[in-house]
Amino acid sequence: MNKTFTANSLTVLLIALLFTACSSTPVEEETTDTTTIQESKVTTAVVEAPVEEEVMESEVLADTVFYFDFDKAVLKDESRVALTQHARSLKESPRSIRLEGHADERGTREYNMALGERRAHSVKEFLILEGVSSALIEVVSYGEERAAAYGSNDESWAMNRRVELK
Amino acid sequence: MDLCALVCRSIIVFLISFSGIAWGELVIKVTKGNDSPTKIAISPIVNVGNLARFDISRLVENDLQRSGLFVATPRADMLSFPSMLKDVYFRDWRLLGTDYLVIGKMSRKGSEKIEIEFSLLSVASQKVIFRHKVSGSDAQLRDLGHLISDKVYNAITGIRGIFSTRVAYITAIREVDGMIYRLHVSDVDGAREKLMLRSHEPIMSPSWSPDAKQLAYVSFETGRPAIYTQNLATAVREQITNFAGLNGAPAWSPDGTTLALVLSKDGNPEIYLMDLQSKKLNRLTQHFSIDTEPTWMPDGKNLLFTSDRGGEPQIYKLNIATKAIERLTFEGNYNARGSLAPDGRTLAMVHRKTGEFHIAAFDLQTRRVRELTTTSLDESPSVAPNGAMLMYAMKQEERGMLAAVSLDAGIKYILPARSGDVREPAWSPFIR
Repeated sequence: MNKTFTANSLTVLLIALLFTACSSTPVEEETTDTTTIQESKVTTAVVEAPVEEEVMESEVLADTVFYFDFDKAVLKDESRVALTQHARSLKESPRSIRLEGHADERGTREYNMALGERRAHSVKEFLILEGVSSALIEVVSYGEERAAAYGSNDESWAMNRRVELK
Repeated sequence: MDLCALVCRSIIVFLISFSGIAWGELVIKVTKGNDSPTKIAISPIVNVGNLARFDISRLVENDLQRSGLFVATPRADMLSFPSMLKDVYFRDWRLLGTDYLVIGKMSRKGSEKIEIEFSLLSVASQKVIFRHKVSGSDAQLRDLGHLISDKVYNAITGIRGIFSTRVAYITAIREVDGMIYRLHVSDVDGAREKLMLRSHEPIMSPSWSPDAKQLAYVSFETGRPAIYTQNLATAVREQITNFAGLNGAPAWSPDGTTLALVLSKDGNPEIYLMDLQSKKLNRLTQHFSIDTEPTWMPDGKNLLFTSDRGGEPQIYKLNIATKAIERLTFEGNYNARGSLAPDGRTLAMVHRKTGEFHIAAFDLQTRRVRELTTTSLDESPSVAPNGAMLMYAMKQEERGMLAAVSLDAGIKYILPARSGDVREPAWSPFIR
């Protein structure tokens, strides 16, 4: 009973507040100058179209993690599609990137370090063949030391056999 | 009252969670023991003037029982607690089915030291097998206890005891500010855990120097893997490698002068030797496949290593002088990370025949493979310096734990940690 009462009184208070707000607007309208300034601000924002184009581009390149099969370092088709786009953008605006190779927890740790590196090298070689300068690419393998998913099951292992482009 | 109980419980939980992840001698779960263990009684060592802060006889009991070869006569069954030969009534011990009896007493030696005089007696032959004295400072009481265990174990089995050895291992625990990696060294029973290194970046592949005074390991603290050595007594560290690519799998040569290691600076992982004095490198392998995990043969002239040059990881032997390479393992589709027993003949390795990864023993002479473990995702075998047991890492309920198994697979135990993942045990060489 008590709670209902409080809720009801809150609603009443809110409605009252809204009314006060509405009733106060006419007072602001009296100053015509401020309204003009606000309008011009809105127009400038709409005119700046390039901002929207940039957002579109980064959406296409969102895929920065590439997955692999067990004990394999062969790029999958979907990775090739994404990497071709990365290569294009890296050629247009070169920047240093880091390829971090990972493995799932099965097998030995140092062998998995080598496997993570082999995967990162697959990605690196693909980018170089697409025209990216090798000087821009650093490869670091973390083996199985930095899991993306922590379970000991097929789903987690698939998530962990990866190369991350950073 | 309820609130009080809750608060008390929270305090206890708090204490437990802050006491670290030491697996401790009390949490060891023996899952499989010897079929006919020797019965031994450790008469409580007389603590003259209350010198010891803990029960040293209990520590000896725990040591011997953990070896799987012994079962201790319960103290409650003992009719007397003799500390001298004249007080021993062999008939009483025979009735308890006890094969051997340890008696001893503790006394102050000078102002600094404690001395323990102890004897091992054979109940059947009613004879003293040996009498021995050990002494050390108050801080070395555990060492004295482990030394007694070593002497008793050696006298009865003919095998050198490993109770005074240590183990290095890595833990990874998710904390508020992310994953924290730690390198620890503890006594082989899990007691006296010491933190050697703490990092937000991975630490891996700890390897002991043959004099047990230093560790080599891989740390990612610079954002890339690099090999470091660290002196355990002085904590002085040295960065040994800083090459592009992999810097991994350090393994100390038997004479302590050289590290075998893995570098991929020339494109793909190869085995190198580095002279620790001059830092000069000697490249041993030349192959486009993965070559990694070097381990030394006791002669210091050959290495065993893992390579997938045959299409899958297998163990190969490499002659350092001639660089000749020979494939050793053919059974199973994954054989890697070898750890050689001191006899130079038995290689513990990660082995996969069907779907599961287990630890297997590979006989270098007969070329036969025996699976030793049945746990899940078994890896990182490390053979004890006496060749009787090995420690390895496995997963149980999605947590990394250490476990031990005898090389005949007759004895098994688990060393569960209280939190986080424990991995990569490295059994130290003999300390003395």
